[in-house]
Amino acid sequence: MKTKIVRELVLTFLIFALSVSAFGLGTNQETHGTEHGGTEKKFDASSFILDHVVDSHEWHIITIGEGAGEKHIALYLPVILYSREKGLDVFSSKKLAHGHVYKGYRLEEEGDFKGKILNVNAAGVADTENRPLDFSVTKTVVGMIFAAIVGLWIFLSLARSYKKSGISHPRGIQSFLEPVVLFIRDDIALPNIGEHKYEKYMPYLLSVFFFILLNNIMGLIPFPPPFGANVTGNIGVTFVLALFTFLITQFSGNKNHWKHVFAAPGVPTWLLPIMIPVELIGLISKPFALMIRLFANITAGHIIVLSLICLIFIFDSVWVSPVSIIFVVFMDCIELFVAFLQAYIFTLLSALFIGMATAEEHH
Amino acid sequence: MIYLANSLTSPGIGMVIWAFLIFGIFFLVLAKFGWKPILSAVKAREEMIKGSLESAARAREEMKKLQGDNELIIKRARDEREVLLKEAREVREKLIADAKGKASEEAEKIVEKAKTAIEREKAKAMSEIQQQVTTLSIEIASRIIGEKLSKTKEQEELISQYLKEINLNKN
Repeated sequence: MKTKIVRELVLTFLIFALSVSAFGLGTNQETHGTEHGGTEKKFDASSFILDHVVDSHEWHIITIGEGAGEKHIALYLPVILYSREKGLDVFSSKKLAHGHVYKGYRLEEEGDFKGKILNVNAAGVADTENRPLDFSVTKTVVGMIFAAIVGLWIFLSLARSYKKSGISHPRGIQSFLEPVVLFIRDDIALPNIGEHKYEKYMPYLLSVFFFILLNNIMGLIPFPPPFGANVTGNIGVTFVLALFTFLITQFSGNKNHWKHVFAAPGVPTWLLPIMIPVELIGLISKPFALMIRLFANITAGHIIVLSLICLIFIFDSVWVSPVSIIFVVFMDCIELFVAFLQAYIFTLLSALFIGMATAEEHH
Repeated sequence: MIYLANSLTSPGIGMVIWAFLIFGIFFLVLAKFGWKPILSAVKAREEMIKGSLESAARAREEMKKLQGDNELIIKRARDEREVLLKEAREVREKLIADAKGKASEEAEKIVEKAKTAIEREKAKAMSEIQQQVTTLSIEIASRIIGEKLSKTKEQEELISQYLKEINLNKN
């Protein structure tokens, strides 16, 4: 009993002074069911960490109390499901909270499909073969939408301020962001793509840099929602970002680029049947590495921070918390650097791939 | 571990579609309304700064050239002044010399004139004196000789001649 209260207290301390009522929308205070009984649960660090790192249909804020008196405070996000048999279903994830079955759907809480919504029959048996397509607005989606809105707001107002002030010296927000924009132009786009073509790719490089950076930083801030979502540590998101780079690279690839893929100069013809698959794998592996690098770096950072916090509960002592806090602050500093670094690396490599695909023949 | 593989490393189709939509909108809106004005403003400013620097350098160059020109002009003006002053001095000296020459000439002329006038007057006076003397002589002679010697023309001429001879002798 005491340990759980301490755990929640430390978590709360780490994140902020709570004012849950401010997030009244969809907030639910509910006494929990009976399945946990009154028995003391062993603290499971790995599931605790994974629950915080992976996507979810609700934005869990805090659990107060324990056992029968447990109260969950969470933002319940919309669930959007589609299956050929049932058609489109849209409802709040509150309906599926704590293993409730709604419209024949259940959010699995245990097992291989934990966190996924499955069709269940009247007997309560889940159908793992025929799963509905899940287009839900999850925690990650909300975090991403919020980051996109923040980004749009910042850069549209920046653009407006440039229109207003004309070509005078940078002031206000300009003096803060202009060096970054110029850095991307002069140190990423120009050297990698070349001065004749770089302008065409600047919008994409800037967009991808700031999108990743904003999501990284917002993911580092633990509280309140919409901060703290592990957006760039979600492989679906990094897949899409890498896909953009891949598509832009291939569509801007010139004759040289395709010649290197299908008839690499200097390679004897009899070797081509081996070389072409290798080159094609090379085309795919570049964005694949982009996807994995960003996902793994950000997720790893979150896992380390959460592990350090978990130390308190693993040692089951409040005296560990100062150590944990010092290490978490230290890690957060490193993660802040990683947030910039990964955004920079993603942008740099995108520029490099585009530059390689558009390079003119030198010989 | 299957669970881990499922939720952490397998992208759901829903997530992919949402990410595609959100990033796509973010990219397109910013490409059209964000980056274009920002980049063009930055570029315009850079070009202006570059142009300003170039024109400043050009102006500086021109200034230097002008300064060189100015010095040359000043030097030339100074030389010219020297020449003018020298010429003026020469002219002055010449003028003074001329004036001096002319003045002495004039003086000489005046003296000459005066001399001739004196000569003339002297001659006139002399002839008058001669006449007077002649008359006086005749009168004296006639007084002395009495009436014997009339005032004839020949006598008068004779006396004049004598006087002239005397005169000439005197001179």
